[in-house]
Amino acid sequence: MYKILKREKIVPNIHLLVIESDAIHRNAQAGEFVVVRADEYGERIPLNLVDWNDTSISIIFLEIGTSTRKLAALNAGDELATLVGPLGKPTELTKDKNVLCIGGCYGIGAILPVIRAFKKNGNRVITAIEARSEFMLYWQDRLKEHSDEFFEITRDGTRGIKGHANDFLNDYLKRERIDLVYVQGCTYLTYLCSETTRPFGIRTLVGLNPIMVDATGMCGVCRVIVNGETKFGCVDGPEFDGHQVDWQNLLSRRKIYLKEEVYSLSFYECEKYG
Amino acid sequence: MANKIVPKKTPMRERPAKERRKGYDEVPYGYNDQEAIAEAKRCLQCKKPTCIPGCPVEIDIPGFIKFIAEGDFEGAIKRLKERNVLPAVCGRVCPQEDQCEKLCVLAKKYEPVAIGRLERFAADREASAGEASIPQIPPPTGKKVAVIGAGPGGLTVAGDLVMLGHGIKIFEALHKPGGVLVYGIPEFRLPKAIIEREVDYLLKCGVKLYLDFVVGKTATIDQLLQEFDAVYIGTGAGLPWFMNIPGENLNGVYSANEYLTRANLMKAYLFPQYDTPIVRGKRVAVIGGGNVAMDCARTALRLGADEVRIVYRRSLKEMPARAEEIHHAEEEGIVFEYLTLPLQYVGDEYSWVKEMECIRMKLGEPDASGRRRPVPIEGSNFITAVDTVVCAIGQSPNPLIPQTTPDLKIGKWGNIEIDAKTNKTSKKGCWAGGDVVRGGATVILAMGDARIAARSMHEYLKTGVW
Repeated sequence: MYKILKREKIVPNIHLLVIESDAIHRNAQAGEFVVVRADEYGERIPLNLVDWNDTSISIIFLEIGTSTRKLAALNAGDELATLVGPLGKPTELTKDKNVLCIGGCYGIGAILPVIRAFKKNGNRVITAIEARSEFMLYWQDRLKEHSDEFFEITRDGTRGIKGHANDFLNDYLKRERIDLVYVQGCTYLTYLCSETTRPFGIRTLVGLNPIMVDATGMCGVCRVIVNGETKFGCVDGPEFDGHQVDWQNLLSRRKIYLKEEVYSLSFYECEKYG
Repeated sequence: MANKIVPKKTPMRERPAKERRKGYDEVPYGYNDQEAIAEAKRCLQCKKPTCIPGCPVEIDIPGFIKFIAEGDFEGAIKRLKERNVLPAVCGRVCPQEDQCEKLCVLAKKYEPVAIGRLERFAADREASAGEASIPQIPPPTGKKVAVIGAGPGGLTVAGDLVMLGHGIKIFEALHKPGGVLVYGIPEFRLPKAIIEREVDYLLKCGVKLYLDFVVGKTATIDQLLQEFDAVYIGTGAGLPWFMNIPGENLNGVYSANEYLTRANLMKAYLFPQYDTPIVRGKRVAVIGGGNVAMDCARTALRLGADEVRIVYRRSLKEMPARAEEIHHAEEEGIVFEYLTLPLQYVGDEYSWVKEMECIRMKLGEPDASGRRRPVPIEGSNFITAVDTVVCAIGQSPNPLIPQTTPDLKIGKWGNIEIDAKTNKTSKKGCWAGGDVVRGGATVILAMGDARIAARSMHEYLKTGVW
């Protein structure tokens, strides 16, 4: 069992969990993830590692289905049934380049270790975070600390640039030289950003979030078509070249259990709240 | 032996096919005391037993059977456990018909002694009698061994070496110990309580178990070697194969590993009490002809399918599944489509599989495996409706350790190369066995490898000579 040191709602529906770690932090690298299971009945779900130190690791998640609802109900002192990692391949870090990192939703937190690693490697880091509205943005100070330039984008214009991340991306790439674009967030955001950078011919790394079970290469549910070849998100990814991903397939595979997920959540809520 | 030889095995009572199609309860009931004693008395107690060389872990077969024949069930299980830490498992899933029972003298004229059923009986009898007795553990040698993977091989190495006084820590990637015994083999064939019991026995003997630890990621082998004197790699065949045909990434197309892991380890058959879902298909096709394919097909049936078909490119004769498994599947109403090869899967507008195109095959000349090679019959293509497909065509070794251990010699199939006499790898202090060496094989072969490795590891720990 894995002890929770802290659970904090950062913005509505997005939570931070800080969990005691005896091993995971030792080999953790930017771009990797962990698998958690809230309780003995729970599903195994992958979540990005957003931070770690000698005694703990941190994850950020969007509260949306049964598994994340269960995680959001935990508090300091509670325990997780499963915590395993670090998993996946770490981010392929460039050196001395101009890197533009975009984060949306849980991806705002998930880009923290990545921009930190890019910066440490001598890159010039431009960070842009996107949300629907001002109150959904978070961690500006932590991200700014490792960024040479920092942008906020809100769809309703309540803070920073008004619009979508891809609108900003399009404008920015027209006027600045960028060697690599890195995107973390929901599948739709990673897809849109990849399509935006495609005409510019700029390499675009995207953190994908296919469904996983064991997350060690054993089950193959996380398969993603990359450059016409089937890859496993858990051991070959979770980061891939966004220009080579078969987005239509990924988007449909993300929905395999949509019906069951809805059913499971109403079952959980009935059990819990009557 | 004064008694007249009984030509046939004492039958084992089974749950009726109609009843078991709906449930996850184990299919055979196992022997009761009288049946076991009657069967044990069929053993001729050969002076030079021919059966023992057929057992990869060299159980004293006539020895434990003699105890049963005399009604000394405690003596029987003690004798078994001298050589096998997982008797309740092996009694159920070993292919005895190709091993010990095949070599039984009785088999020349009659049915062999039901060695597997007796092994199972002895283990279950002990469990039903209460606590298992813990053997005397020798004083600690001070040597530390890391065992990677809590599957049948890892558990065997741990059992053998803990009995020699070494300190054992097993590292398991999943949240439960047992490896393929818990994620792969279904409840109705191997109840999970049995694995828990056998693992619990090892823990009581002093073995330490570290779950949720992925060697190669959480720590590399080199990092483990800083703390441990020797390492055993028993990480299994954790990389499923697909056929690389069109439509394999449609929704509703599973690897056998995923299908079984959801159903068994994650208990998706109890959804929504358990959170992990599984597609409950009505028209299910399982591709492949091994034991794993039988397990998938029978699981699909229990998940409520109206029709489950095994699609296999060769004929019954070449089918690698155990006769007993094929028989149980047939009894439960699984349809066998022999000499049939899928060519592609077709999806609906939501990317869900709806049809499968197949071609009929005929058998040609024997191939490298000695089995007749299936050849497509031109123009025999046909399309059939399916809503779930499970691809059970095999798997290769899990790549995480090979990828992160540069000085480990790897074969062309991604398997770890070993010295067959000792199961030593190319890396000092590291042994390997089971599916990570063999590709997809059996539980008992993994245990046999583990036994060979444990002997060699003990020698190394004693002498320090590699």
